[in-house]
Amino acid sequence: MNLLQIAWSYVRASPLRTLLNIVLIALGTATIGFVVIVNEQIGGSLNRDAQGIDLVVGAKGSAISLILAGVFHIDAPTGNVSLDSARELAANPLVKKVIPLSLGDSFRGFRIVGTTPDYLGLYDGAFATGRAWEDKMQAVLGATVAAKAGIGVGDTFVGSHGLGAGGPIHADSVYTVVGVLKPTGTVLDRLVTVNSESVWFVHEGALTDPEEKKVVESEREVTILLLQYATPMAAATLPRKINSGTNMQAASPALESARLFQMIGVGADVIRAFGGVVLATAALSLFIALYHALNERAYDIAVLRTLGARPLSIALLLFLEALILALLGGLIGLMLAHALVAVLAAWMDSEQSLRIQAWTFSASEFLLLLPALFAAMLAAALPGWRAARANISAVLSRRF
Amino acid sequence: MIRLEQLEFGYRRGESLLRLDRFVVAGNDSVLLLGPSGCGKTTLLHLMAGLLAPRAGRVFVDGQDLAQLSAGARDRFRGNRIGLVLQQFHLLPTLTAGQNLLVVQTMARLPVDRSAALAVLQTLGVSECANSYPHELSVGQQQRVAIARALVNSPKVVLADEPTSNLDDESCAAVIDLLLGAARKQGSALVIATHDSRLKSHVARHQVLPCRAVQVPA
Repeated sequence: MNLLQIAWSYVRASPLRTLLNIVLIALGTATIGFVVIVNEQIGGSLNRDAQGIDLVVGAKGSAISLILAGVFHIDAPTGNVSLDSARELAANPLVKKVIPLSLGDSFRGFRIVGTTPDYLGLYDGAFATGRAWEDKMQAVLGATVAAKAGIGVGDTFVGSHGLGAGGPIHADSVYTVVGVLKPTGTVLDRLVTVNSESVWFVHEGALTDPEEKKVVESEREVTILLLQYATPMAAATLPRKINSGTNMQAASPALESARLFQMIGVGADVIRAFGGVVLATAALSLFIALYHALNERAYDIAVLRTLGARPLSIALLLFLEALILALLGGLIGLMLAHALVAVLAAWMDSEQSLRIQAWTFSASEFLLLLPALFAAMLAAALPGWRAARANISAVLSRRF
Repeated sequence: MIRLEQLEFGYRRGESLLRLDRFVVAGNDSVLLLGPSGCGKTTLLHLMAGLLAPRAGRVFVDGQDLAQLSAGARDRFRGNRIGLVLQQFHLLPTLTAGQNLLVVQTMARLPVDRSAALAVLQTLGVSECANSYPHELSVGQQQRVAIARALVNSPKVVLADEPTSNLDDESCAAVIDLLLGAARKQGSALVIATHDSRLKSHVARHQVLPCRAVQVPA
């Protein structure tokens, strides 16, 4: 029967009090944990999706819209840019690589992206089955798309106009699936990729008149250009040159994601502060419980002293009791936080939004127990000190 | 085993509650500490247990001057050498009778010995209570468990504070005989503070405390 066992016996002896304190600590930890986990997951998701993209170029409009549409495939794009200007950019010595994206159609809510094989390379897309497209009207499905739609190599589908589900169907343009990608944990999982010609073909229709064909081809456009710099120095001049010298707009994913994160961050701070308030309430409740217990247990404490316990051991007993509650509450809170993230993940998944993993645990997560443990230490400090200083002889002489 | 010399105790300066020139209890000896309520019986027990410090004089237990020990060492010394039977016998309410005995071993930093604890309970006729919580026991059973708790570490000195005041005549006789028998068996010195006159016939040696506050010059 060491101190830990005695402390545990006290925890068990008053189940309602124990329940109240555990619930409060769990709620506080869950609130803070939820914010931290979501932040971490969204941050990771944003970083993975933006890897290797130095600059996003598109039609003039909101920079954040451009990034959301071009990198994360969430928002509507700002407009189109001409293919000529894309070629011009590609010729610029500061630019190492240009990946064009043509947006506009979707398949069951998943975007169809007309692009080049470089786009798959950007996310290390490897094939689970099949191969990359070689001709127009051939499609490669991301892992999520294939799983959700339940189709594979050799199947056919038709795209619908517009980026959301339920647009008018391009009934005469049938895509054939030629490849399915392995999961990458990036935005690529939720995309249907085709070559750029496919998108043009779907919208232009079959052109028979060579004169008309020539005109149309000279007016071809793409939606967004993803750029990789040839040299870091490009970052200093290229965006400004594009923004002021052309009718296009350039935005840096790193910069805009940071800005976006900052905006979400205010909301996160509010929730985190709320979690702090709950945890402070938990600390107060725990403090009152322990302080109250001092009077109830004055005799118990005196008895333990007569049995040879040092004052420090008595203080330790109260600390252990608080720590048991904090640890139980904290662990339950962590599970609760993950459950909340799972709910959010399910919602975001149905919205075709960012991907977050609810049930991945990281070792650093146990740092989230620290606020609860700190609250427990704080709550036990005064009661522990008083218990250690109690006048045992006086308590034992008290008549009941 | 216990030796008090020129002992003087008082809570306030100039007022002496308790004075005892010399009081010796040998090992294996039993003494009844008598006197009406409020004359310092409990105080004297607490002085002998090192729970209180005398204003003057010295307390030796098992040859050790308690004043020479640091506070922590005194706590440890008490856990090892002194068994206390407290007035309200107060067992720890969240632990079973058996666990209450194991706590004593742990607090004295002795290895946990369940069979020894059970043997002591058996000696006092309450081994069947080992897994019961205090509130499930009768007053008589609680008292016996409390005595078992005082004896479980085989202390050199057993100090009992009104061990029979809550018991009827029959239980009283049984409990005092058990206490005396167990202390004798272990070779412990036994001091019983009581105003229960029923005990006088059971213990030969009586020490009556003078019941008045003695004024000493400041």
